[in-house]
Amino acid sequence: MTRMRVAAAVLAACAGLAVLALLPLYADAYYLALAIGLLQFTVLATAWGLFSGPTRYVSLATTAFFGVGAYTVAVLGELLPWPLVLLIASAIGAVMAVIVGISTLRLSGLHFVIFTFGLAELVRQLVIWYEVNKTRVLGRYVFVDITQSDIYWQLLALAAAVFLIGWMIARSRLGFALRIIGEDETVARHCGINVTVAKVALFAISAVFMTLVGAVMAPRWTYIEPSIAFNATISFEVVIMALLGGAHRLWGPALGAIPLTLLFEFLAARFPTASTLIMGIVFLLIVYALPAGVVGLWDNLARRWHAPQEAKA
Amino acid sequence: MTPAALPVLEIQGLSRAFGGLVAVNALDLTVESGEIVGLLGPNGSGKTTVLNLVSGVLRPDSGAIRFGRLNIAGMATHRIARLGLGRTFQLVRVLDGMNCAENVRAGLAFHSERLAHGDMQDAAIALLERVGLKGYDRRSATELTYIDRKRLELARALALRPRLLLLDEWLAGLNPSELLIGIALIRSLKDEGLSILLVEHVMDAIRSLCDSCVVMNGGRKIAEGTPDSVLSDPAVIEAYLGAPADA
Repeated sequence: MTRMRVAAAVLAACAGLAVLALLPLYADAYYLALAIGLLQFTVLATAWGLFSGPTRYVSLATTAFFGVGAYTVAVLGELLPWPLVLLIASAIGAVMAVIVGISTLRLSGLHFVIFTFGLAELVRQLVIWYEVNKTRVLGRYVFVDITQSDIYWQLLALAAAVFLIGWMIARSRLGFALRIIGEDETVARHCGINVTVAKVALFAISAVFMTLVGAVMAPRWTYIEPSIAFNATISFEVVIMALLGGAHRLWGPALGAIPLTLLFEFLAARFPTASTLIMGIVFLLIVYALPAGVVGLWDNLARRWHAPQEAKA
Repeated sequence: MTPAALPVLEIQGLSRAFGGLVAVNALDLTVESGEIVGLLGPNGSGKTTVLNLVSGVLRPDSGAIRFGRLNIAGMATHRIARLGLGRTFQLVRVLDGMNCAENVRAGLAFHSERLAHGDMQDAAIALLERVGLKGYDRRSATELTYIDRKRLELARALALRPRLLLLDEWLAGLNPSELLIGIALIRSLKDEGLSILLVEHVMDAIRSLCDSCVVMNGGRKIAEGTPDSVLSDPAVIEAYLGAPADA
């Protein structure tokens, strides 16, 4: 029975993926760009939720990884074959995440938030310092032979991968360990779980996806400088999206990423000067009105729906 | 000397201070194989700190904690747990977001000897039955009564297949009939050969369960011996009730 359901879900996902893959053949440039934005934030928010959902650590380091990915492409994009560039970007993202993870995941939640926010700025300043003092270029042109459709397909592949890996983690020992850690870290340790290793592993997996999104997106800009690649707004937007959707479920962040990407797109076009202000208000409303996100609202409704039936039984 | 003759737990000269407060001061304590040792003392005497030092939550300032042949002083909690040390907490800690079987599987899943998935579910159900929670495997932990939460926590600790069990006031807060059930349950664990170090205030339980007792006050050991001898020791009575008034 459950095997049938899994098979049906896999089939539906493959069919959906196939339909989505055909989009660049029909959509015009505007809708393709919009679809790229939607996929970008879906992958970023889902990757964010992979780590922050179970551990409940709020990370503002998204842009640090995203920017490192973009910069890797700016530096190496012309020198090496594309798959190798992506591989190197993933490796840099993973190593950075492990270093940051080991040095910060012992911190309490609040300290972690502040540290990760500072991290993006730190990496940005390091890149600026290096470019100004060593390479004497600030800002680089990205000349790689990659079309908008290529970017779309790569992001679609990343989206499929992030959901697949998230689904696999949830069914693995690591996923079970993370659920226990999320509930009670002390109990987790007393059950024989190496809490630090579990958290760092997940942080690195999440960071690799963020780095890859940055790398894949880099050719869209043609010109990159640190303030573009390391844009702190991305980190905040991802948190808002994941919280709106609900980070405690794998598919939750996507439910926030899709409407909010559309909303931000609309706001930026309609109220270019006030869009960040409106974004801030949206964030406050989400935290007050939907503390468990859309997913939490859904769970509540489902519980209310089932409750009267149980009471009768 | 055969390995069986080795004490399960041997603490020597254990000390730990928090700032100027010496919570545990040069403590010696031994739990022989198959024995229940009671750790007693008034509130704030350092009992829970001792358990935290043994289970690796805290690092000792000095002293040795030998668990079997290994010195585990300062070792990480998860490694000590995997060596076979199970623990319950003073304020009962169960995983409320999970059902009872999952709570027990939390103790089974990270053991060094892994079980297959199906075997793990069977083992979890058997452990629930062992502590008196037969048929509870799919119940959410939030639905349980206080004593059943304690049972569930104990089942999770037993899931580690411990050589030593640390019970931190496991019997506290139970009503008289529950207390009898609880005492019988702990005794049955001892009958199976488990060694137990228990922090307890319930005198009936101490008298009927413990082979020996260590009494602490202000971080120091003030008495040691059989339950009857330490409970009638003037130093112990003074620690609990204060110095006798001059009549």
